[in-house]
Amino acid sequence: MPNRPSSRTPSKLRAARLTGYRRYQPGTQPDYNFPPYRSTQKRCPTQPLVLPPQTISEITGPIFGTDDVKPTDNDLTRQHKGEPIGERIVVNGRVLDENGRPVPHTLVEVWQANAAGRYPHKTDQHNAPLDPNFSGAGRTVTDAEGRYRFITIRPGEYPWRNHYNAWRPAHIHFSLFGQAFLTRMVTQMYFPGDALLPYDPMFNCIANEGARQRLIAAFDWENTIPEQALGYRFDIVLRGREETPMEKMP
Amino acid sequence: MSLYASGHQTVGPYLHIGLNWLTTRDIAGRGVKGERVTIAGRLVDGDGVGVSDGLVEIWQANAAGKYAHPEDTQDKPLERGWRGFGRIPTDAKGGFRFTTIKPGRVAGPDGKLQAPHLVVAVFMRGLLKHLATRIYFPDEPANTEDPILKLVPVPRRATLIARRQGKSGLEWNIILQGKNETVFFDY
Repeated sequence: MPNRPSSRTPSKLRAARLTGYRRYQPGTQPDYNFPPYRSTQKRCPTQPLVLPPQTISEITGPIFGTDDVKPTDNDLTRQHKGEPIGERIVVNGRVLDENGRPVPHTLVEVWQANAAGRYPHKTDQHNAPLDPNFSGAGRTVTDAEGRYRFITIRPGEYPWRNHYNAWRPAHIHFSLFGQAFLTRMVTQMYFPGDALLPYDPMFNCIANEGARQRLIAAFDWENTIPEQALGYRFDIVLRGREETPMEKMP
Repeated sequence: MSLYASGHQTVGPYLHIGLNWLTTRDIAGRGVKGERVTIAGRLVDGDGVGVSDGLVEIWQANAAGKYAHPEDTQDKPLERGWRGFGRIPTDAKGGFRFTTIKPGRVAGPDGKLQAPHLVVAVFMRGLLKHLATRIYFPDEPANTEDPILKLVPVPRRATLIARRQGKSGLEWNIILQGKNETVFFDY
């Protein structure tokens, strides 16, 4: 067999060296215990986390491809007979890592409220209308340059019971895998100029100003479709790799 | 080039809308080799109440100890169609249950093999960033020499090891706070 290591090579030496992932920069990630978001209080760990070395179990992760999604799964406005009510928008961007490299062929999942700020979910009791033409879920796989694109409607703001007169800013939930268990991320995209952002504990759980701003999409004139839909650009940055491989790991 | 990483945010209470399409409770389909196990448990908050809006994701190697990933270059067999991924939303009482096969051993740091384990990510409202933990198997001699388990304070190790429950069943709970709080990892 070609390229087969000789039988004298112990199998544990055959595997390539693995390159780990850098720890996140301080201030870019939330703490588990964040009192302004009340629900963290009974759900955050209270014991210290254990810091293990990264192994092949965390440097790998599930891989999804275009076979796992339908080409139309990225258009949330065409999942029913009629068109959903609301302002049509294009949300597009790139999935990158902290080194600025694109993350190609990776699954992106989104979900969001309808234009009235209501989710079609049994636990959402907000007194706002459901839209029979909007389910609010989509998914796609990034292309070779890490690009993705969704067509949807602008989600509405809605009240929640975290504190007196609390309202969530308009947002879209994003779920990403990247190339490893370590790059798994669920985040939220916000809209520029949303007056609710300064009041929102979720948005403000990110201490670093630059990292916080990363969660706000930018108006994107170039991807705005004339007479059709406003464009928004939202780049998502996953954890970056270390520069050098870890010590030899069989 | 250095970019700020995006910040993790909670999945919130309506996660099912976006994530249920990929629910996978049977991780090893037909024709996959290995010892079949069903793992069931509860996700419990600091008041001892089951978390009804949680989600558990599993990542694992096959019975040969090989991950379905291009960076696992070990010369080991991989079944066609094997992915090794599970996604299980919790039920109204915080319960979850999935079926899989016990994975083989994979390499750890310093050339030592790890004991068989599943890698777990936990998502829910009230968690701004998902939690990472592991499930190890009971009656497994390799547990005593596992390089990751060894880092866990002895009294807490049991929180990572499933308990036998019936014939091929295992029980493993995720306790978020208090006595028997599950060990979570920070990589």
